Amino acid sequence: MTTPLLEVSDLVVHHGQLRALDSISFRVFPGEVYAIIGANGAGKSTLLRTISGLHAPTSGSVLFDGKDVTSWRPERRARGGIVMVPEGRRLFGSLSVEENLRVGATYARPGQWSIERVYETFDWMRERRNQRTAQLSGGEQQTVAIGRALVANPAALLLDELSLGLAPVIVQRIYGMLPAILATGLTVLIVEQDVSQALRVASHIHCLLEGRTTLLGRPEDVTAEQVEAAYFGLAAKLEEGSEPS
Amino acid sequence: MTWVNAIIQGVLTGGLYALFACGLSLMFGVMKVVNLAHGDLAVVAGYIAVGVITVTHIPVLWSFIIVVPVMAVLGYVLQRTLIQSSLDRGVLTTLIVTFGLSIVIENGLLQFFTANTRGIGSGLALVRDSFSLGPQIQIAYLLVVIFAVAVVVLLGLQYFLSASRYGRLIRAVADDKEAAQLSGADYRHVFGIAAALAFGTVALGGIAYGMYAQLDPTAGTDTILLFAFAAVVIGGLGSLWGTLLGGVVLGVAQQIGAQINISDEVLAGYLVFLAVLVLRPQGLASRRTQS
Repeated sequence: MTTPLLEVSDLVVHHGQLRALDSISFRVFPGEVYAIIGANGAGKSTLLRTISGLHAPTSGSVLFDGKDVTSWRPERRARGGIVMVPEGRRLFGSLSVEENLRVGATYARPGQWSIERVYETFDWMRERRNQRTAQLSGGEQQTVAIGRALVANPAALLLDELSLGLAPVIVQRIYGMLPAILATGLTVLIVEQDVSQALRVASHIHCLLEGRTTLLGRPEDVTAEQVEAAYFGLAAKLEEGSEPS
Repeated sequence: MTWVNAIIQGVLTGGLYALFACGLSLMFGVMKVVNLAHGDLAVVAGYIAVGVITVTHIPVLWSFIIVVPVMAVLGYVLQRTLIQSSLDRGVLTTLIVTFGLSIVIENGLLQFFTANTRGIGSGLALVRDSFSLGPQIQIAYLLVVIFAVAVVVLLGLQYFLSASRYGRLIRAVADDKEAAQLSGADYRHVFGIAAALAFGTVALGGIAYGMYAQLDPTAGTDTILLFAFAAVVIGGLGSLWGTLLGGVVLGVAQQIGAQINISDEVLAGYLVFLAVLVLRPQGLASRRTQS
């Protein structure tokens, strides 16, 4: 069996007094699309921020490509291949589209993504490369944010709430780009509130509720009822639902 | 004619003030540090220049070749140690820490160099001489040189920030340091680079001040820091060319004040400063950028 690209073991994370994540463990293998779903405040974004190094865990470990990166600073993880598209896009507002991409490419690993390749993939971007990102629409900003992460040639791409604040049509279009991105051999970790979107693209789903794992599996192996129960925390219903089978 | 003279002198002095101000503006713009030791560090640079000239007998004007790199390295080291560790404790802590640094520097200078004033290159023709433009207008060569240096420094800074790799990272980190980390940038190192740049301009400001006036241990806070603040506020925070505009407006206001009554020189500068603060708090040259 191949080694997992990411291995999270017994991760406990606190936000001040609040236990935001409670012994979360999972593995992501190369080429998978691993979706973390859950309601608001379930700890999804905290989990992603902990993996990218922006949050220090109370205990537990994060292994990347067999190396323990738990004590690495975020910039070291990014240079090593864990690159996150943060929630709310977080583009550099006073920089142009191209400058945003160039910042992303500053510490890039070798690989097939380049600024040129991003322009080929998202063709509107080339002619607007000298515009400030503040002049772009939300969907366009999200695409630039994805481009900024791709030019770093990540091994693991972490996508935090791509759909946040975007119209459904735009969300469809952004998720429609995923296969083209995946074809380049990336491993993707998605955090998503929009469950149907996540189920469509994911090879694995992981449902969180109040910082705990409530469901783990492949989309084809879980029923809509199970997902619903795990998402909203209807434990009794989950048990009932699993009895007949 | 005397008014024309006042305006010309004011504009040229503005170059000196811009040299004081651009480093202060850069450090605030990038790391949100209000460096209260800014002026004292300029004076330190001036004293280093005095020492370098005495020891190495290097021509006075070339002293900057040694002083600027020394101050830039000091800037990087101070940022990575003292200033960064106070930043980690909150932005307000930097105010207290740099205030403390200012007191330490001032008293250290008093201890080692006494309260006597010292000039840099006071025997030089460039520092002493002036040329005349019409019967009533005498222009010091030194002020013209300082103004030219200020313009060159600002052009250089602008070029570095807009075209170089580190310049781009400095702007990115100033926008969003967490997002910059996610792109692999160590913002502490980038802050260090920005501080090195700022301290390099401080070094030039200190040398220029030592030639234009006299260095003394308290000049840093009494004069340089206050004028730098005024220039930055008048011009607009975070705008490089705004510091030149602010310096020029401050310089002209002071000269016009001095024309009315010699004791009103400094007062007139601060009146303009207050007027800008009330009427156009974002500064004269500031453009708002939304993120």
